[in-house]
Amino acid sequence: MKRILPHPLLALVLLIAWLLLVGSISPGAVLLGCLLAIGGALALASLAPPRLRLRRLALLPGLLRDVLVEVVRSNNAVARIILQPAAKTVRHSGFVRIPLDMRAPYGLAALACILTATPGTVWVDYDAADGTMLLHVLDLSDEAEWVRIVKERWERRLMEIFE
Amino acid sequence: MTYATELPAWAALLISLLLLLGSGLAFIGAIGLLRLKNFYERVHAPTLGATLGMGCVLMASMLFFTLLQSRLVIHELLIAALVVVTTPVTLMLLTRAALYRDRIEGNDTVPPPPTGKHQ
Repeated sequence: MKRILPHPLLALVLLIAWLLLVGSISPGAVLLGCLLAIGGALALASLAPPRLRLRRLALLPGLLRDVLVEVVRSNNAVARIILQPAAKTVRHSGFVRIPLDMRAPYGLAALACILTATPGTVWVDYDAADGTMLLHVLDLSDEAEWVRIVKERWERRLMEIFE
Repeated sequence: MTYATELPAWAALLISLLLLLGSGLAFIGAIGLLRLKNFYERVHAPTLGATLGMGCVLMASMLFFTLLQSRLVIHELLIAALVVVTTPVTLMLLTRAALYRDRIEGNDTVPPPPTGKHQ
């Protein structure tokens, strides 16, 4: 099984992406999609990426919902910051270094996507040697608060899924 | 856009609102590029258009074509997935390049590299 289809999850995603692209589920489209999916999985296997381990997928829907809520909330917050008159700004932006316990590469990638998808925070740098991440925050009032938000709201749950 | 008249009023209204909201957010992001003070602040601005702005426009597109062609048109989901996965790469490259330059120039507004055990 491993030799025929090395990355079943990726192959499935590729097949779904192909079917979405052609917009049909006719036998011809499915057949061509399967061929592409298997080819893609074999191509990825030759790159030898780190293994993806998924635990507790049941947490995923809740996480996605929270990410969507946070995206809407932070879009609103950043839009307000941009539109407020320049004269009465007491806001200041800055960097926060956050120590991470997560080492799973896909978990870190997911955390980077979440933090970037919520405007107002940008993942700047990750130091693999001491496991710290540098985050730039547009409206930084309390550094400890941001460390808490990243660790408790996102990292803890991503670790449960990816580690 | 003559097809738009075939849509029911509620759908036309909803789609227009989504389009206005999405393009409005992208516009606010563009204003942010002009108004914010330094590079690290400006990098936040375009993410408005790349997140909720993109989401609103794609939702409008899915609704419009699904109703017009009376079949499910959701290939926009692919755009959303690819944008979400690729924007962090661009933003990280830009901010890390800026950070590297500021550190080389000895600019003390940026944090020093981590003084980890590896150095």
